[in-house]
Amino acid sequence: MSIRLIDVHKAFGPKQVLKGFSLEIREGQTLSIIGGSGVGKSVALKHVIRLLEPDQGEIWVDGRNVATLSREELYELRREVGYVFQFAALFDSMTVHDNVGMGLKRIPGWTRGRISERVEECLHLVDLDGYGERFPAELSGGQRKRAGLARAIATAPKYLLYDEPTTGLDPVTSAVINELIMRMRRELEVTGVVITHDMESAFRISDRIAMLHDGRIRFEGTPDQLRETQDPVVRGFIEGRPDLLEVAP
Amino acid sequence: MRVSLLRPVEAVGGAVLSSVATVGRAGYLAVGAVRALRKGSIWGPHLLAQMAKIGVDSVPIAIFIALFTGVVLALQASYTFTGAVPLYFVGTLVGKTMVLELGPVLTGLALSGRVGANIAAEIGTMRVTEQVDALETLAYDPNAYLVVPRVLAGALMFPIVVLLADAVGVLAGWLTSMYLLDMSSQTFLKGLRLFFQPWDVWFSVIKSVSFGLTVTSVGCFFGFSTSGGAEGVGKSTTRSVVVSSMIILVLDAFWAATLLK
Ligand SMILES: Nc1ncnc2c1ncn2[C@@H]1O[C@H](COP(=O)(O)OP(=O)(O)OP(=O)(O)O)[C@@H](O)[C@H]1O
Ligand SMILES: [Mg+2]
Repeated sequence: MSIRLIDVHKAFGPKQVLKGFSLEIREGQTLSIIGGSGVGKSVALKHVIRLLEPDQGEIWVDGRNVATLSREELYELRREVGYVFQFAALFDSMTVHDNVGMGLKRIPGWTRGRISERVEECLHLVDLDGYGERFPAELSGGQRKRAGLARAIATAPKYLLYDEPTTGLDPVTSAVINELIMRMRRELEVTGVVITHDMESAFRISDRIAMLHDGRIRFEGTPDQLRETQDPVVRGFIEGRPDLLEVAP
Repeated sequence: MRVSLLRPVEAVGGAVLSSVATVGRAGYLAVGAVRALRKGSIWGPHLLAQMAKIGVDSVPIAIFIALFTGVVLALQASYTFTGAVPLYFVGTLVGKTMVLELGPVLTGLALSGRVGANIAAEIGTMRVTEQVDALETLAYDPNAYLVVPRVLAGALMFPIVVLLADAVGVLAGWLTSMYLLDMSSQTFLKGLRLFFQPWDVWFSVIKSVSFGLTVTSVGCFFGFSTSGGAEGVGKSTTRSVVVSSMIILVLDAFWAATLLK
C-alpha cells in the first residue's frame, strides 16, 4: 500500500529536472515534500499517477509498477488516488458542484441524489457551503483551491496527493485544511503526500518530511529529525537563509 | 563556414524529424480515439450537446455562404454562356458546382475556422490549465470525454449542414435566374434536371463526412498538443485552421480523382 519512487530521472528538453529521485511513502503515513520553487516537486508528484512518465526509473504504487499498467489498470489505480492540483485545475465549463461530483459519477451504483449528498458534504468539509452553483471563474484563488481539494477527497481515495493545498490561503483557512488533511489520515487511513512551502504546516501534519534539492531527495526523516539536522542546505531552506544554501556543496 | 553550410541541412533534418513526430502523435491520438469508442458511458452524454454546437450553430454561416455562392454562380454562368450555350445550362452549372464542389468545400473551410478553431482553443485551454490532467486523475479517458463526442458530432453533422448549404445555393441560383436573368423557372429546372444524378448528392455527403472528421480531429489534435499558456493556445488555434484547410483541399482533389469517374 506504499508509494515508492526509485531513481526517477526526468528532463524537459535540455533541462534535467529530476536526477535520481528516490522516495518511499509508507502506508497510512503523511509525507511532506519541501523544496525551493521550481526544483521539480510538482513534476515528481505527477509521476506517481503517470501524468508524466519518467525517462528512467520506476514508480510503484500499492505493489503495482505504474509504468507497466494498461490504460484500464491505470484508471483503476487512479480511482484510488485523489490529486489536488497546485492551481486547482477545475473544469471551468461546470459548476463547483459538478466539478466535485465528477469522480463520483464514474462509480457504478451512485445515484444523482447520493452524489449530491456527498458533494455537499465535501463542500462543507472545505468550508464552501453554498458555493455549489457557482462557476470556477466566480471564485477567488483560495476558494478554487478548496474546491479542488473537495473534488479530490470526494471519492474517499486511499491515497491523496496534495500539491500545495494551503498556499495562498489565510492562516485560519490553512488551519482548517491542515486539520482536514490530518483527519483524512486519522479516520480514513489515507496515505498522503503533501507538497508545501509552509514549514509550520509541514511540521504539524507530517509523519515524515523530505526535501527535494537539485533533482534528488536531500533529506528525509521525521519532523524532529528535520529540526535537528545539521545539513546546511536543509537548515538554510527551513530557516530562510540563502547564505547557507549557497556555500553548501 | 561549416556551420552556415550545415545549417540548411540541419533545418531540413529537424523539420523532417518533427513532422515524423507529429504524424506519430496524430496516429497515437487516432488509435486512442478509436479505442475510446467503447466507452460510451463517458462520451454518450455529451454527443447531443456537441451535435448542437458543431452542427446547429453552424447553420447560419453555412446558409450565408451558400446564398451568395448560388447568386454568383448563376450570374457568372449566364455571363459565360451568353449566346453560345443554351441558357438552361445555368441550372446545370449551378446545381453541379454547388453540390459537387462549392457546397462541401466552402462550408468545410468556413467550419474549419468556426468549429476547428473553437475545439483547438477549448481543448488547448484545458491542456494548459491542467484540466486534461484533472480528467485523467478522475479516471476519465480524455479521448472518450473530449475527442469522441466532437469527432462523431462532426462526422454526423457536417453532411447535414452541407446538404442544407447545397440546397440553399441551388435555390439562390434559381431565384437569381428568375429575377435577375429573366429566365423562366422551367428553363432553370430543365438544366438542373438534365445532368442530375443521385450519386452527386452521395458524393457531397462522402466529402462532407471526411471534412467533418478532418476539422474536428485536427482541432482536437492541436488542442492536445498545446503548451505554453495563452500564447500556445493562440498558436494551436491558428495551426488547426491552416492544417485542416489544407487537408480539406487535398481531400477534395482526392475524392474528385477517385470517385468521379
Ligand atoms: N510540462 C513541462 N514542460 C517543460 N518544462 C516543465 C514542465 N513542467 C515543469 N517544467 C519545468 O520543470 C521544473 C520544475 O517544475 P515544478 O512545477 O515541478 O516546480 P515546483 O517544485 O513544483 O515549483 P513551485 O514550488 O513553484 O510549484 C521547472 O523549471 C519547470 O519549468
Ligand atoms: Mg509546483
